Amino acid sequence: MKKTHIIAILVIASAIAIIVSTAGDASSYVTFDQAYQMATVGNSSSIHVVGALKKDQQGEITGLEKSPDNLSFSFILLDENNKEQKVYYNEPMPPDFTRSEKVVVIGGYRGNLFVADKILLKCPSKYQEKKLNAKV
Amino acid sequence: MFHYFIGNLGHLFVISSLVSALVTSFCYWRATASADLSLRQNWILNGRTGFIIHSITVLGIVTSLFTIIYQHYFEYHYAYAHSSLHLPGQYMVSCFWEGQEGSFLLWMFWQAVLGIVLIFTHRTWEAPVMTLFALVQTFLASMILGVVIPGLSLKIGSSPFILLRDAMADPIFKIQPDFIPKDGNGLNPLLQNYWMVIHPPTLFLGFALTLVPFAFCMAGLWQKKYTEWIKPALPWTLFGAAVLGLGILMGGYWAYETLSFGGYWNWDPVENAVYVPWLILIASLHTMITYKNSKTALKFSIILVIAVFVLILYSTFLTRSGILGDASVHSFTDLGLSGQLLLCLLFFTLAATILVAVRWKEIPASDKEISTYSKEFWIFMGATTLCLMGFQVLVPTSIPVYNKVLEIFGVNSNLAPPANQIAFYSKFQLWFAVAIGLLSGTGQFFWWKKIDKQKLKQALLLPLLITLILFAIILTVARPEPIYIALIFAGLFIIISNVNVMIGVWRINPNLSGGAIAHIGVGLVLIGILFSAGYSRVVSLNNTGLLYSKEQGTEFNRDNLLLFINEPRTMAGYDIEFLGERLEPRHKSGYVKRSEVDPTDDPYKVVAKREIIFKDKKLFNARDTFEIYPENIFYEIQLRRGAKIAASLFPRIQINPAMGGMLPSPDISRGITRDIYTHVSSSMNRETEPEWSKMEEVRVKIGKQFFVNDYVAVLEQVDRIDKIPGMTLSNEDVAVKARIRIDGEHQSYYAEPMFLIRNRSEVGRIPFEVGELGVKITLLNIHPDTAEFTLGLGGRQKDWVIIKAMEKPYINVLWLGTGLLMIGFTMAMMRRFRE
Repeated sequence: MKKTHIIAILVIASAIAIIVSTAGDASSYVTFDQAYQMATVGNSSSIHVVGALKKDQQGEITGLEKSPDNLSFSFILLDENNKEQKVYYNEPMPPDFTRSEKVVVIGGYRGNLFVADKILLKCPSKYQEKKLNAKV
Repeated sequence: MFHYFIGNLGHLFVISSLVSALVTSFCYWRATASADLSLRQNWILNGRTGFIIHSITVLGIVTSLFTIIYQHYFEYHYAYAHSSLHLPGQYMVSCFWEGQEGSFLLWMFWQAVLGIVLIFTHRTWEAPVMTLFALVQTFLASMILGVVIPGLSLKIGSSPFILLRDAMADPIFKIQPDFIPKDGNGLNPLLQNYWMVIHPPTLFLGFALTLVPFAFCMAGLWQKKYTEWIKPALPWTLFGAAVLGLGILMGGYWAYETLSFGGYWNWDPVENAVYVPWLILIASLHTMITYKNSKTALKFSIILVIAVFVLILYSTFLTRSGILGDASVHSFTDLGLSGQLLLCLLFFTLAATILVAVRWKEIPASDKEISTYSKEFWIFMGATTLCLMGFQVLVPTSIPVYNKVLEIFGVNSNLAPPANQIAFYSKFQLWFAVAIGLLSGTGQFFWWKKIDKQKLKQALLLPLLITLILFAIILTVARPEPIYIALIFAGLFIIISNVNVMIGVWRINPNLSGGAIAHIGVGLVLIGILFSAGYSRVVSLNNTGLLYSKEQGTEFNRDNLLLFINEPRTMAGYDIEFLGERLEPRHKSGYVKRSEVDPTDDPYKVVAKREIIFKDKKLFNARDTFEIYPENIFYEIQLRRGAKIAASLFPRIQINPAMGGMLPSPDISRGITRDIYTHVSSSMNRETEPEWSKMEEVRVKIGKQFFVNDYVAVLEQVDRIDKIPGMTLSNEDVAVKARIRIDGEHQSYYAEPMFLIRNRSEVGRIPFEVGELGVKITLLNIHPDTAEFTLGLGGRQKDWVIIKAMEKPYINVLWLGTGLLMIGFTMAMMRRFRE
């Protein structure tokens, strides 16, 4: 066997290893129920849940609790199936948090609490805003 | 008044640039295809004229768009969306490429410049190379065309010259069609940074430069000049590698200075999208050099050169089609160009693949088995490793694409990118970096000639010995993890072996040492990454053992620190203290305390209460009116070790409601051995009324001490005054002003509440607030009989801020390494251009 063949085999092997490991490390978008099930069977990998903040009839956000020292906070998120879940985040509340339309939480269950390692906010961006800030 | 002319002119330029590019491409194609020499010459002349006209129109588009931005023509969407009246001049330039259309334009501009240079320097290659160039320009011009095909309602491209009323369906345009907003939306504050003035042009020059080797390679295959294309393409490849690398680094440096994720590289899809082509570009560069020296690896070079350009188009598709969606924090917004972008990507991919497939058998290949003791072998291995390195990043970055493709086939995929990007990518990339370090360190010994086992041992002995000694020293100082041990070793090895080579080369001809210098740079970059990332230490680490919820017993370490004004906290060997909010004057460098100025009606202007001194330098006299940036608030954070000030930092928060609220930016104190980095995680909201405690009353005489909000205060004097700002007093009215000194931690503050009796009976009280101390004092009553005064004392929570502070050791090694890398590239490029 020629040396180039050995190298070719090694390259193909590493490429396959890369694809397999990516598939293994890739996270997934799930609902809270699925995430809870994963946690109960001992799967502790981080997952993505997409949801919206819980609001009352007046459109005010409810269930938002800051820790006394402002260093962390928790909130209630409704996933796609409208399941409510309390989510804890160990960072100060991002300034534009309450303005966000959609929240993606990345993390997992610890007991009955969902602990987020990272939060992605989808804010109404200036491009979607079809109104002018018309100062005449 | 509407300025229709400039927009129409711009649009005309766009259309003519598209047409001229298409015509140019056709002319050059005819020139390439025709066998008759005089006919060929005529077609070339036509093509040349076409491309020059095209370049002029591109310049015309740029000028028109820049005029619209610079003249604040807010009737145009581009000016309204990306700039504002108060934007400093240098950032007007950044507005130009903040939008997608402008960045396409920038790309087109560079390719036009490069095209002109190539026309006049590579006459023999002009016809086929310029066919490609003009074709790519046609595709780019179509992206900013903004023309709707009638009947099909198919929109091609998004024009930067559309009017605001056509871009936004606001009801005001129905009532008042010629409405022009007074001010624009402004530039994203994060982009108001000098790096953002130079980073995009550099990056897009890099993009444009990848077209040059691609065009030469295609021309070579087309014209069956399978080997000749390498020589003219090589210096441009070096140039491209240097510029694209520099562009990526500038982006990283900008992120380090401006974004507050605590580093310079986040493995965000947008970053990965340029990192991958750059790696492949470096690989192609090495195989091309190999081919020049030993006539091997030609096919590999061809594939790599094509892959680089295709990957650039793919990265453009990823970042601009909106496909990344949730996956990226900073992708461009979707302008509905996905179809066009995909078409462009597929067109060039297919064209290149077909051409290579047709010519594959004819491409000369060497049948020689490569010896392990030849430099070709090591370069080949290195290039392969670089490709795998890129592949490892590309596979997960494309996850949103897989989801989209599966969706088309009706499968609902819920695959998400890895949850912790930085850990995921670093895990692989660091090992690849180790492999690269070892391969290129060893490969350097073969740079000159083939050597056998015996000579190799001799050559390797000294560098390996030095590496091991240094390695042992570092290991005893720091006790790193296995991956870091490997990385230190690889980094040191590549540096030592290349220093060894450089000394040898320098004696013969210093001009040849570019490669060695670049490789030393790579070694330093590896070590710099290792220290700054691996040994980054959170200084604000907060082991208070607080429970994050009562039901759970788990303790959380907190990386953030709550600081009340003037109350130092001791953390990780530092005393950290928050000294108050600061403002930034517009025309002088330095910071001004918020308590030292009075606001005016114009938010952009303030008046100095007293002489303002910053770092022993007088900035303003008392009563001076000066300009500030009202949206920027700085927080002075002092870090002390004992009595010595380690760093005075001014992290910033920008408030810009139009751009989505508050944006923090870090401040960095740069040292030789370490950077101290801090950013604000959260701060007081000044818009909501602070909660004052219930007013407490004290009765005091002049000179008597009392406590307010835990500070010692003394009533110094009470004077009758004739004037109260903003109020007219008649002769009958009585007004007095008390002067109360409050001893703060670092300085004394004066509170001056006023008390007045108007028209004999109406009593008015003007309280005085000392914002920094959270104190409000009201002069409630005067008791002439006992010479006493009743003061109302109010307190609130003191000003606070939550910060995160980090130490980044030896990050300068990284910047030094990147500097050397660039010098090395430049030297190598100069040499190849001279050839």
